Amino acid sequence: MDSDDEFMSGLSDDGFEQAHDSDDGSMADDEEFDEDAGFSQDKDLKPGKKAYEVDFKVFSPKDIQSHQDKQIDEVSAILGQPSEATAILLRHLRWNKERLIETYMERPESVLETAGLGPESVQTPTTKVIKGFTCEICCEDTPGLETYALKCGHRYCVDCYRQYLAQKIKDEGEAARIQCPTSGCNRIVDSKSLDMLVAAELKSRYQVLLTRTYVDDKDNLKWCPAPNCEYAIECGVKKRELNRIVPTVACACEHRFCFGCTLHDHQPAPCSLVKQWLKKCEDDSETANWISANTKECPKCSSTIEKNGGCNHMTCRKCKHEFCWMCMGLWSEHGTSWYNCNRFEERSGLDGRDAQAKSRQSLERYLHYYNRYANHEQSAKLDKDLASKTNVKMKSLASTSGMSWIEVEFLKTASQTLQTCRQTLKWTYAFAYYLQRNNLTEIFEDNQKDFEMAVESLSEMFEKPTQELAALKVDMMDKTSYCNKRRVILLDDTAQNLKTGEWKFNVDITMGP
Amino acid sequence: MFASKRLGKIQKSLPPGIDLVSAPDFKEWQMDIRVLDSNPLYLNQTYRLRFRFSNNYPIEAPEVTFTTLTTPPRPIPIHPHVYSNGIICLDLLGTQGWSPVQNVESVCMSIQSMLTGNTKNERPPGNEEFVARNTQRPRDIRFVYEDSSV
Repeated sequence: MDSDDEFMSGLSDDGFEQAHDSDDGSMADDEEFDEDAGFSQDKDLKPGKKAYEVDFKVFSPKDIQSHQDKQIDEVSAILGQPSEATAILLRHLRWNKERLIETYMERPESVLETAGLGPESVQTPTTKVIKGFTCEICCEDTPGLETYALKCGHRYCVDCYRQYLAQKIKDEGEAARIQCPTSGCNRIVDSKSLDMLVAAELKSRYQVLLTRTYVDDKDNLKWCPAPNCEYAIECGVKKRELNRIVPTVACACEHRFCFGCTLHDHQPAPCSLVKQWLKKCEDDSETANWISANTKECPKCSSTIEKNGGCNHMTCRKCKHEFCWMCMGLWSEHGTSWYNCNRFEERSGLDGRDAQAKSRQSLERYLHYYNRYANHEQSAKLDKDLASKTNVKMKSLASTSGMSWIEVEFLKTASQTLQTCRQTLKWTYAFAYYLQRNNLTEIFEDNQKDFEMAVESLSEMFEKPTQELAALKVDMMDKTSYCNKRRVILLDDTAQNLKTGEWKFNVDITMGP
Repeated sequence: MFASKRLGKIQKSLPPGIDLVSAPDFKEWQMDIRVLDSNPLYLNQTYRLRFRFSNNYPIEAPEVTFTTLTTPPRPIPIHPHVYSNGIICLDLLGTQGWSPVQNVESVCMSIQSMLTGNTKNERPPGNEEFVARNTQRPRDIRFVYEDSSV
């Protein structure tokens, strides 16, 4: 799903149409559609879909526009309504075509009324000069004043109308639901009227806003969250499926993100774990680190104590337990050796340290996973810096070794692979933190270990000075493909078990409403 | 331009309990309103409203707040939609609820009837914090119009 071919096929008009028709279909339906839509030639070449892959399509703003138009035309033909009215109706019902047709067939008047279309009359909008007219907005009553009214008949001078629409579009960013200026009148300004009234530069803004509402309204469409990216992604994964699948999608701009929560790709961890993990890290990490480094717990009541000076004779403020800070044993057994503790082997000290160790365990466990998570995050950042230097490296390698640009492409591939793999590795640690220990966890950790070793060795190779890289080319290409392989194995295994509900987590992973 | 026509219109006929205090320009007007029935919360009180108009008025809603004055006494009326700093939470004053057909007179009447119908001797929930913290212009505040009955 990372290949360019996937994007290209996704952009075909044909695919677009079909995909929307299977709106309510499950993932399996989508797969069927792939075959129906004539991708059989691809199918033979493409290896089977992995458990962690989801079907998705990338749409450019133009695709989105043309698809809107297509749907409007189609529904317009069924309802026998002009396309402007149909567009309003569709937006009113958040692009739920089936529901619109159904309710319209049952009671057309009420549907039209609630969508702000009122009693129907088909005519092209024109401005009129009305004798003895006073505009209620500006109180202007000059003879010959151009006026306009929507079908509701609320008439205002064209100047006021223009200003009103400009205000709505420009300042308030409204498009699909601009109403008649009359207070309480919910007649919606249709695009034909708008076209006639407003200036050209506002029209394009209006179209942009309309397109935006289209994507916002549809559950199976989302904007790519990358800065300045104009593409939208279509994916059939529903919110309720998010505890069974991690729908990572890749935009045409190369940004990889989760369709469920629009955060950066976080496979293999499901959205709800990611949310809990990020919250925990935000709340706990620094605190936990500090507590771990600077405090001990009272051996009796486990209150956390910071020793900020003084002797080793501790009296817990809470339970009044007296103990030695050094050996954690009873103070009463210390006799008179006030400032030195040499009682490490004594029974009470051992017990004290045991209790200490136990209560520290959960903290240490969290830190274990957190540190590895944070380390990969940091490494990914460093690798990214490295990637920006990759280009320089490629150029210098091409010139020093006499290799062609295509021959040094392996460096770019390696750098991209490192990025993706680090991202995955990072989330394996958050995932593992929430896992209960069982056989599956062992397999998971083995996979994780293999994967991590592969990534680290590629990373190390990548940092070698440029002059050594030419000799390492074959080795590096092997390592790159090995990393990818390990990643696929790990993701496939986790995704499969997630789908079948095999993982046992120590928290609830069902998403809230 | 059009504001002058509107001003002429308003001086001709103002409903009872609503008076124009000053309209020196088309930027800021002062209005006085009184509640006409015997609602004990507002009995024998007059309140001062300040209207501020942008260049875009009446396409854009005016900023309308209560202001205090010692002579003549003009307090801030107590009402679950009126903050103690005079900011009014009324949907027709926000971008969503405003219609360019509204005018100073109709806004005054709406506020007048908002007071008339009220029986609760209280400020909006979270009044103290809002008054202490708010630095936004009233029209930029995102009020939640949760209760249209008051």
